[in-house]
Amino acid sequence: MSASARNLTIAFFALLAAAAVSPMDFGEARFPQWLEIVIGGLMSGVLYSLVALGLVLIFKASGVFNFAQGAMVLFAALTLVRLMEKMPFVVALAVVLAVMVALAWLVERLVLRPLVNQEGIVLFMATLGVAYFLNGLGQLVWGADVYTLDVGMPKEPKIILDKVFEGGILVSTEDLVAAVIAGLLVAALALFFQKTATGRALRAVADDHQAAQSIGIPLNRIWVIVWSVAGLVALVAGVVWGSKLGVQFSLQLIALKALPVVILGGFTSIPGAIVGGLLIGLGEKLSEVYLGPLFGGGIENWFAYVLALVFLLFRPEGLFGEKHIDRV
Amino acid sequence: MIYRETGQFKTTYASDQQLFPILQDRVFVIGFLLFAFVAMPFLASDYLFRAILTPFLILSLAALGLNILVGYCGQLSLGTGGFMAVGAYAAYNLAVRVPDLNLLVVFVLAGLCSTVAGALFGIPSLRIKGFYLAVTTLAAQFFLDWLFSRVGWFTNYSSSGSVAAPPLEMFGHPIQGPAEKYLFVLSIVSVFALLAKNLTRGAIGRSWMATRDMDVAAEVIGIRPLYAKLTAFAVSSFYVGIAGALWGFVYLGGWEPLAFDVNRSFELLFMVIIGGLGSILGSFLGAAFIVILPIALNRLPTALGMPLSTATVSEVELMTFGGLIVFFLIAEPRGLARLWAIGKEKLRLWPFPH
Repeated sequence: MSASARNLTIAFFALLAAAAVSPMDFGEARFPQWLEIVIGGLMSGVLYSLVALGLVLIFKASGVFNFAQGAMVLFAALTLVRLMEKMPFVVALAVVLAVMVALAWLVERLVLRPLVNQEGIVLFMATLGVAYFLNGLGQLVWGADVYTLDVGMPKEPKIILDKVFEGGILVSTEDLVAAVIAGLLVAALALFFQKTATGRALRAVADDHQAAQSIGIPLNRIWVIVWSVAGLVALVAGVVWGSKLGVQFSLQLIALKALPVVILGGFTSIPGAIVGGLLIGLGEKLSEVYLGPLFGGGIENWFAYVLALVFLLFRPEGLFGEKHIDRV
Repeated sequence: MIYRETGQFKTTYASDQQLFPILQDRVFVIGFLLFAFVAMPFLASDYLFRAILTPFLILSLAALGLNILVGYCGQLSLGTGGFMAVGAYAAYNLAVRVPDLNLLVVFVLAGLCSTVAGALFGIPSLRIKGFYLAVTTLAAQFFLDWLFSRVGWFTNYSSSGSVAAPPLEMFGHPIQGPAEKYLFVLSIVSVFALLAKNLTRGAIGRSWMATRDMDVAAEVIGIRPLYAKLTAFAVSSFYVGIAGALWGFVYLGGWEPLAFDVNRSFELLFMVIIGGLGSILGSFLGAAFIVILPIALNRLPTALGMPLSTATVSEVELMTFGGLIVFFLIAEPRGLARLWAIGKEKLRLWPFPH
């Protein structure tokens, strides 16, 4: 993390904290309330990060802006929920994982390989096509109803820190579990990228396609692996989102929220996806509570994007993105 | 044999610079326009006008606007639906609040409102490029969606949030019936297509293309990026705004904010890319493809004697649509306009091999 990025992050958090603390003056009884909002915001930020993570993985390794990530989340969740009707959770999970790997292979074979060397916008459009296809396929095979996904996540909210504050803080345990899962996933991915030969190959490809190819790293196989990992991330996101909101078509739209997250964090940075997700989640919740009434509500639909837009005006490559120097 | 420019000598600068330098092209274009204006109203059925030709023409205009921005100036935008909405709601408010205004004036003013919005949301393009810019234009889309559904003034405080356009009228003559609406839209679209064709080959168009090909190099040779990018956003939004007003007034008649949501933006981007980036003809070809494809897909199962349920049809439609888009991108990433150009090259030699 560069120094200026760190300073900006700190300044941003300080600003948000100041905005959050300001109502405190009007009565100390509201103190736990804003903390509750902050925690809630960070938790939903974790969920955005999960989707953003998949986007960043693919963009880093293949330079493809994968719009289909949201569709992959929905597809994975739908497949899982319908398979769980017939088999135990663990078996279903394994089957879905296999499906996602097969999907990654098919995408590489049928979409990426024929389009190699095309411009970014053409690849982006192709993933839009993949998104349409997956949405159609998922609903055709598994049905278009709303399904409840129950993987045994605790539902009832919990009060913590009731010794410290009067009344304590209300926290959704479901979100807490989701945050832990997300943390584990990121840790596992970090280990995979740092310690295994495949992980190192992935990082080499992300750094420089040609150099990686010249030392004998097979690009095609790397792409299959990266799309499979993105499929795994999509599956985790699908499980967490699905058990929170039910598996339905609108899951795919929530994934759109991952877009401001990635541009805020920087397209090419995994820590950026996490920090960006937290910032967006936090900013969204705080703005909803403290700014929403001023605008007449419903601002969470666009606030994340405007936040990212304003931020990019000051730092065009995002928080942790690579600084790009243009030369003639 | 037929399509050959042998013997057509250019003896003046004017003839060298004319829009269609080849005689056969001129004959074809004039013939085509005559057919569209004179013969079509007698030939086509009401269904063809209402369900295919009118939406095709309006969406072509919107795609044309987007093509100016994406294809000519290289600035990726996902907020086209939002700018269409600006045009539509501006036209609605003008028509409702200033009832005596001529319809054409309403549409032009609506386009200007959209221009202002477009230039405003184009400002980030001075700092941000590529996909970063695309996501910030999504900010425009979602903000405008919210604005028109939440702020009552725009919908004249209608309780349901949907609005109905006043009846269309030009110089005291009501525009009713599918054929009349078609002619109205066709005239507007023809004028704007001609305008775009000339804009893009003039100084301003060349500055857009230089910015698209390499913005730093363009700056070095003296093109102001601020001017080039913001004019592209402004002109593009003007076109898109007028298309939005037409879509609301002529095609829909009454609409709710959902008519201009983010899916519309994606649809328009599809048209531009499938049609061909940086091509006026491509905007029309892409719009035709995207308008006709769902209708054809819808009819195909019944035609083949396999009646499917509506839900299945819509799902299969999604799949086919997605699959075809990938297929087209693989087969010809430079779009249908490129296929047309290849066809013309072949025709120049036909029937000889060389």
